[in-house]
Amino acid sequence: MDFATVLQLLDSTVRSATPLLLACLAGLYSERSGIFDIGLEGKMLIAAFFSAAVAALTGNVWIGLLAGIASSVALAALHGLASITFRGNQLISGVAINFLAAGVTVVIGDSWFALGGRTPQLVGAGRFRDITLPFAEELSGVPILGPIYSELISGHSALAYIAFLMVPLSWWVLFRTRFGLRLRAVGENPAAVDTAGISVVRARYAAVLICGVLTGIAGAYLATSLAAGFNKDMSAGRGFIALAALIFAKWRPWYALYASLLFGLLDAVGARYQNIAIGDFVIPVQFMQALPYILTVVILAGFVGKAIPPRAGGEPYVKER
Amino acid sequence: MEKMPKWADIALIPLISLVLALFVSALVVLYIGESPIEALVIMVRGSVGSAYGWGFTLYYATNFIFTGLAVAVAFHARMFNIGGEGQAALGGLGVAVVALSLPWPHWSLALIGATIGAALFGAAWAAIPAYLQAKRGSHIVITTIMFNFIASALLVYLLVNVFRVPGSMAPETARFAEGARLPNAYDVAPWLGFSRSTPLNVSFFVAVASCILVWLLIWRTRLGYEIRAYGFSESGAVYAGINPVRIIMISMLISGALAGLMAINSVMGEAERLVIDPVQGAGFVGIAVALMGRSHPVGVFLAALLFGMLYQGGAELEFEMPAVSREMLLVIQGLVIMFTGALDNMVRMPVERVFLSLRRGA
Repeated sequence: MDFATVLQLLDSTVRSATPLLLACLAGLYSERSGIFDIGLEGKMLIAAFFSAAVAALTGNVWIGLLAGIASSVALAALHGLASITFRGNQLISGVAINFLAAGVTVVIGDSWFALGGRTPQLVGAGRFRDITLPFAEELSGVPILGPIYSELISGHSALAYIAFLMVPLSWWVLFRTRFGLRLRAVGENPAAVDTAGISVVRARYAAVLICGVLTGIAGAYLATSLAAGFNKDMSAGRGFIALAALIFAKWRPWYALYASLLFGLLDAVGARYQNIAIGDFVIPVQFMQALPYILTVVILAGFVGKAIPPRAGGEPYVKER
Repeated sequence: MEKMPKWADIALIPLISLVLALFVSALVVLYIGESPIEALVIMVRGSVGSAYGWGFTLYYATNFIFTGLAVAVAFHARMFNIGGEGQAALGGLGVAVVALSLPWPHWSLALIGATIGAALFGAAWAAIPAYLQAKRGSHIVITTIMFNFIASALLVYLLVNVFRVPGSMAPETARFAEGARLPNAYDVAPWLGFSRSTPLNVSFFVAVASCILVWLLIWRTRLGYEIRAYGFSESGAVYAGINPVRIIMISMLISGALAGLMAINSVMGEAERLVIDPVQGAGFVGIAVALMGRSHPVGVFLAALLFGMLYQGGAELEFEMPAVSREMLLVIQGLVIMFTGALDNMVRMPVERVFLSLRRGA
């Protein structure tokens, strides 16, 4: 494998990892506040649809992005209503959201565009274009570092850069601000937070809505940057891989970056090489596809490092129990 | 003191939730410019208005009874088995292995063999998440989700590389031999007007028997009592000498086996071969069915029938009202799960208030 191939592989790794990273960070906020979210998939899907649909109708991808985020936040608010206000089962609410999104996107898409659930192909300003960073052209001649800068680091869409910037930002928000401390505290011991006079409900809603915004960006990236339009079920399980990455990352922002990149790399390798032969032994492509899930089960089993979820995760908070 | 009578809890609240879900679905239909009333008429007529419709409705219902019971049994032990999809896929593998490995002389013997195969494979696929939950505390919801994806990758691999008929491009097994095909409703009761190709088959009786067996297990055996006790209060159950590891393992194995049994209907009864996705989302429908049916076999049976009507009616709707796509089903399904499951308190609290004020008035 030569240097150019490695660069190409890493470039597609970044492209695969971007939506995973956004969704993983989204789940991080929600689960750190004690709200399990298996509806990442659905929120991504609905955002992918509305961002592509509105971008196609208005010809402006930024308006599309806003529409995508709004739709995802709406589902996040529904999740909040069910799991915070009405103290329902968070997992069941997540399952319901995934179904709703899978259905609504096709039903409304069919009614708006009559293309069997697809949106029209996005062209021109209807899509996020790849940004060439300054001096990328000039530096490409520099050995090793030049191509890395001009081909790997430069040349992604604005949303990808936002995704990667969200990692230090999330770390700072969660671990260096009062808001972050409270958010993490309601995920560990909501009763203590309540005693300190801080609203558990408000902190959890804030976390769930941030989750909605981030999954919204993730969905918009899928439909308006990675692809040029929406396809039925285009999130294709990425929300669940992001959930796996979140567990793999042990609910920490920087680890979320590494886990997303790892799962992105697996995806890129699986897409590029169908079956990988090591000597006489052939690794089937299906194994590569299943590997993120297998790794997550191994991590969850606690045989290789233990992943301990936020203590109050999944439990509705009832004052004066 | 009970806040409301029992009938309100088991019948009234699911009914209100269902009406709410259908109401929101009606708004969606209205939004895309069609008449919800007309859509409802088409769905009811398409699903139960003819022997043809009943053949499909009961076929789907058979699938949903199995997956609904699977979720329900796990619910009794307060566990959420979201892995019905993967367990049923593995059940399909079990059915295929049994059906293809022996020259079955008669379908009744093959049915017994396939039932054992499906249950074993389904249970085996639930065993690892169950063990990890019981012994290592890994959250069963996450592990069963992961196992769904692993199952689907495994099935694709096996169908492409192991079971595929040499020379054929299609990733599916060979068609089962004559002795391993189940008689359908036309073969059993031609006088009822079922068409020769109706998918409804004798597995329906297996599903009904499973309902009865699950009822006996949960409410009439010591084990069922232990499962319910554990689900009611883990600490209480432990104090009473019930071993949590044993309860988690047994209830999940039963749950996985029930999900696996679904495959005798879809793989052996209908397709008569194992295809790449033999479950078609029925594992997830089981969640809605168990929630609506309040985890009781009778409730599960009725809810499965309702979802069978929805699925068959939805297919007819797509045919007669092309503006409404088939995915409308997923919207209804999502709404039913939302209202009966997650938003239960939203419906329950006002109803409780009404009953309390009635009692005070009396």
